[in-house]
Amino acid sequence: MTADQFVQYLVSGVTNGSIYALVGLGFTIIYAVTSIINFAQGEFVMLGGMISFVIFDSLGFPLAASCILAILIGTAVGAALYLLAVRPARKASVVSLIIITIGASIFLRGIAGELWGVDAVRPPFFTGDKSLHFLGAYIHPQAIWIMGVTIVTTLILHLFLTQTMMGKALRAAAINRTAAGLVGIDTRMMALISFILAAALGAIGGVVMAPLTLTSYNIGAMLGLKGFVAASIGGFRSPIAAVIGGFILGIVESLAVGIDWGPFTSAYKDVIALIVLLAVLLIRSGRLAAEERLG
Amino acid sequence: MMLARVRDRWPYLIAVVLLLLLVLVPFKWFLGQYTGLMVFIGINTMVTVGLCLLLGYTGQVSLGQAAFYGLGAYFSAVLSKTHGINPWLAMLTGAVATGAFAYIIGYLIFRLKGNYLAMATLGLGIIMYILFRELSQFTGGPDGMAGIPPLSIAGFTFNTNFKRYFLVWFFCLAILLLSQNIVRSRTGRALRAIHGSEAAAESLGINVDQFKVKVFVMSAVYASLAGSLFAHHVGHVSPSSFTFLASVEVVVMAVVGGLASIWGAIFGTATVRILSDELLLQFGEWDIIIFGLLLMLVMIFTPQGLFVWLRERWERWRLRLAQGGTGT
Repeated sequence: MTADQFVQYLVSGVTNGSIYALVGLGFTIIYAVTSIINFAQGEFVMLGGMISFVIFDSLGFPLAASCILAILIGTAVGAALYLLAVRPARKASVVSLIIITIGASIFLRGIAGELWGVDAVRPPFFTGDKSLHFLGAYIHPQAIWIMGVTIVTTLILHLFLTQTMMGKALRAAAINRTAAGLVGIDTRMMALISFILAAALGAIGGVVMAPLTLTSYNIGAMLGLKGFVAASIGGFRSPIAAVIGGFILGIVESLAVGIDWGPFTSAYKDVIALIVLLAVLLIRSGRLAAEERLG
Repeated sequence: MMLARVRDRWPYLIAVVLLLLLVLVPFKWFLGQYTGLMVFIGINTMVTVGLCLLLGYTGQVSLGQAAFYGLGAYFSAVLSKTHGINPWLAMLTGAVATGAFAYIIGYLIFRLKGNYLAMATLGLGIIMYILFRELSQFTGGPDGMAGIPPLSIAGFTFNTNFKRYFLVWFFCLAILLLSQNIVRSRTGRALRAIHGSEAAAESLGINVDQFKVKVFVMSAVYASLAGSLFAHHVGHVSPSSFTFLASVEVVVMAVVGGLASIWGAIFGTATVRILSDELLLQFGEWDIIIFGLLLMLVMIFTPQGLFVWLRERWERWRLRLAQGGTGT
């Protein structure tokens, strides 16, 4: 692998990693506040991309308006998921909640396939497709959008969590739900907000990635899994760590496929992420068990 | 007095009637047209009951049972078709190899709990699915393998649905009875103790990790046997039978059956199979959407499982009937 190729793989790794980061952020926020792993997390990425395309293509809205509407609708679906499916089953066991969110993801995927068809679609690029030259590698302008939006979104989220009253309440609920309740924080409201934030993050990722990677009704499951890997690399506690986890996963995947040695061919790209997942879970098993005990 | 004695015999009476019905099902004049469906219910029940032991009794989740089911199926397919080995030997080899594989995996992952265990087993399941799909020199790739020979005993070949019905249900009932005995034994009590509190179980001298791995291996062997029966029944295997959704289906079957109930496994499996293979097909392309919706509704309203919920309703109704009868 030449230096140019290395940079090229690095760039594509960071681009993919940005999406994993946004999904991983969603997992982290919901898990921190509610102790629920939301298996429908990847579907918000699908919804963002598909809805932006449908609104632009079928309804003829301007691209920017389509994207914003898609993010709003995706966010609303996230709120509905919490209010209609998760909240009524709050006292359910871990397994029940897993099945409920899996049911939700099957439901959303099915609806998307039924409403918008099963073909992959591509919304237009935000700002053309004239690639930039950077350290011997080509960067697609849409890739810059993806990385830029991820960084800006992460910063806004960080400011929200550290500078606003609501963000601080959310963090309090994540650190200790009972204590947060005692000082008057509405923890059920915080759970709703965590789902809304996670859905919005997923939909944002879906909107910016769709023009570059294409999107279809069934991309959610794998992206959800990759996002979970990102969150697990980050340890499920800190949003920034989840973002870094996303970048790490993207780069590892991209370089492993780039080396194209032995079993590391593109057919096994998804296996790499899963092996990273198993490795991270096993390495952290002691700490994760302790955290789960503490709640 | 008389009445009390009759009531004590009720479970046996019901068991005999049910067994008789089970034997009669594949005959044309009874429910012959459902023989094929019933064969799949039998095969799936074997996988479900393994998860019931693991999840219902021991409290350890697995979202990757399809991996073991698939390993059994592919061992049978590859050994008997490609290498011409006797199907029974292929089945046995598959079960032993899958059990050994589960032992190694179990040894590694049972340090994890709850959500993390769920994700680790899910990851394992998807890795196996991708391997089934990509190792095409052995497995035939995405299209799978056809022409897997049926099982036979001393010249008697199980070459029709009617014959395989009895074969599959023989295995299924054997596994159910074995599991029933395990649950009622010292091991079963140890498993329930682990479910209740690992720390308490440990302090009573139960080797928690060892029991977890044992049950995991057992569930894997059940699934592997079921996979082998599946391969020799259908004569064709492809990766699409062993997806993440197949693993989810097993969990749903176990949960609908009430988790900690060996016989509920049949109920849960039959409910899901009949629902997704017969009833939901009426809805055409909407079947998967309605499946997702039902999944959520059943979990929200009967989190302890449909089987347990129905049984509670039935007992309450009987109680009310009994009270009404004596005039209190």
